[in-house]
Amino acid sequence: MKHTAKRSEQVIHALFFLLGMVAVACVILITVYLVFSGLPAILQIGPGPFLTGKVWASTAAQPQYGILPFILSSLAGTAGAILLGLPVGFLTALYLAKLAPPRIRALLGQAVSVLAGIPSVVYGLVGMMVLVPAVRSLFGVPDGAGLLSAIIVLAIMILPSIVKMTVTALNAVPQEYEAASLALGATAEETWVRVTIPAARSGIAAAVVLGVGRAIGESMAVMMVAGNAPNLPDSLFQSVRFLTTAVASEMSYSSGLQQQALFSIALVLFLFIMLLNALLNFILKGENKL
Amino acid sequence: MMMTSSPRRPLVPLVRVLSLLAAGLTALLTLFLIGYILLQGLPHLSWELVSTSPSYISQRVGILPDLLNTLYITLTTLLFVLPLGVGAAVYLTEYASSRRLAGAIEYAAEALAGIPSIIYGLVGMLLFSNTLGTSLMAGALTLVIMNLPTIMRNTQESLKTVPQSYREGAFGLGAGKWRVIRTVVLPNCLEGVVTGCILSVGRILGESAALLFTAGFAHTANDFFTALSSPGATLTVALYVYAKEQGEFGAAFAIAAILMLLALAINLLATLSAKFFQRRNAS
Repeated sequence: MKHTAKRSEQVIHALFFLLGMVAVACVILITVYLVFSGLPAILQIGPGPFLTGKVWASTAAQPQYGILPFILSSLAGTAGAILLGLPVGFLTALYLAKLAPPRIRALLGQAVSVLAGIPSVVYGLVGMMVLVPAVRSLFGVPDGAGLLSAIIVLAIMILPSIVKMTVTALNAVPQEYEAASLALGATAEETWVRVTIPAARSGIAAAVVLGVGRAIGESMAVMMVAGNAPNLPDSLFQSVRFLTTAVASEMSYSSGLQQQALFSIALVLFLFIMLLNALLNFILKGENKL
Repeated sequence: MMMTSSPRRPLVPLVRVLSLLAAGLTALLTLFLIGYILLQGLPHLSWELVSTSPSYISQRVGILPDLLNTLYITLTTLLFVLPLGVGAAVYLTEYASSRRLAGAIEYAAEALAGIPSIIYGLVGMLLFSNTLGTSLMAGALTLVIMNLPTIMRNTQESLKTVPQSYREGAFGLGAGKWRVIRTVVLPNCLEGVVTGCILSVGRILGESAALLFTAGFAHTANDFFTALSSPGATLTVALYVYAKEQGEFGAAFAIAAILMLLALAINLLATLSAKFFQRRNAS
């Protein structure tokens, strides 16, 4: 009797161990699949021409597979989104954490959660119908679908993550720090700028990294507003294709080397994301050590 | 630091004004998005639209199949991800004795949470669509991997709040590990499971890139089991196809309005459940 009870405990332990390992197995599986399906095309095209080639003409008679336009567009779009979204998100978070009366804090907190819950295709739709025509008529360009529209949509989409992370970081600063600063005669504003924000810097840095990750990984909304032509991002109104949309836009009809090259683009994107993950982990670990 | 700095800069009080402006902008943006989508979408929302399938012959756009597919894929995903996620969380908090192993599992979950959905779409296509065919099942399995970290993390958070003394009491009464987990630990992690479910449903409803190449675009209304083995578009994928490829903006806005209402409902549900558990924990 006792023996069987022990045996069954062992079986259950093993079962939970397997369930625990599912996440690890998934990460390994995804990595292996991406490397195995992404490497062949990179090797065939050559890492140099693939990564630094300026022309993507996958369906031409003489196909060319250079993904520099995608890399640069993704980077420009992400940088622009952070440039716009970070100040607004950061200041909104400061308002939420320090200034807002309780009722407004609750309402605005809800608003930010709603913003986070809106599906990316809905952002894309509003971008297509409102933003793209607005950019066209405001700046007098022939087509409003391009880098600027993508930047604005992404800036709005990363806003909730930046606000939430920053609020958490600001609220985590010990009350004593602020009390000490106030006791020394500093005003409330001076305390926030000189004490609270510097003390919360690693959390704020994490918010930025998270925002970068979301912006660089977004595909559907970008697909709907960025114009989707494989150009180098040499102007804000250029029709561009990001790493994500490069994969999405040709996947359904591609085959052979073209399809393999799409997997290679996904591999490059994956490496970017893994690098960001490591950076995020490093920032948050550093915070715990303090 | 304060003494050596220049005389109090007038810039500093500006912080108050700027943050008020930014908060106002965020609030306006949210109000605009909700208002615009509902105003544009609700007029197109009719009983005919939500109760029929699209037909080329009568040039009718109907989103019944997309509604059904969304429901099916949500249920199927939860059915798979709940045991996996809860099980993994139980392993981490109750069994894992090696810190390194637990660290590796948590790192893996973080990595999964950061992977963009288009990459899930590709891997799902290779792993599931190539074996099961482009189908709702392939889409659901892809979403299972995506939502695993959400369920895991929320369950784990609430398992951590179960007092150690509960476990010790049960062990002291002679219960085995599994019995303790079943009778003491699991009933107390309901809050995390519910929160995780709500968040996951929100993510599943909003997901599109991961489903495009795994679940496909078909608009056929099927029963549950037929649907699982056949391709089908969810609401988000249908919105994308209608807006980007077919120029059917009426249908696209109608779907957007439904998605917006669902997002609002999920937000409300999350708030209510948080309040409910707060009250229950307090009493």
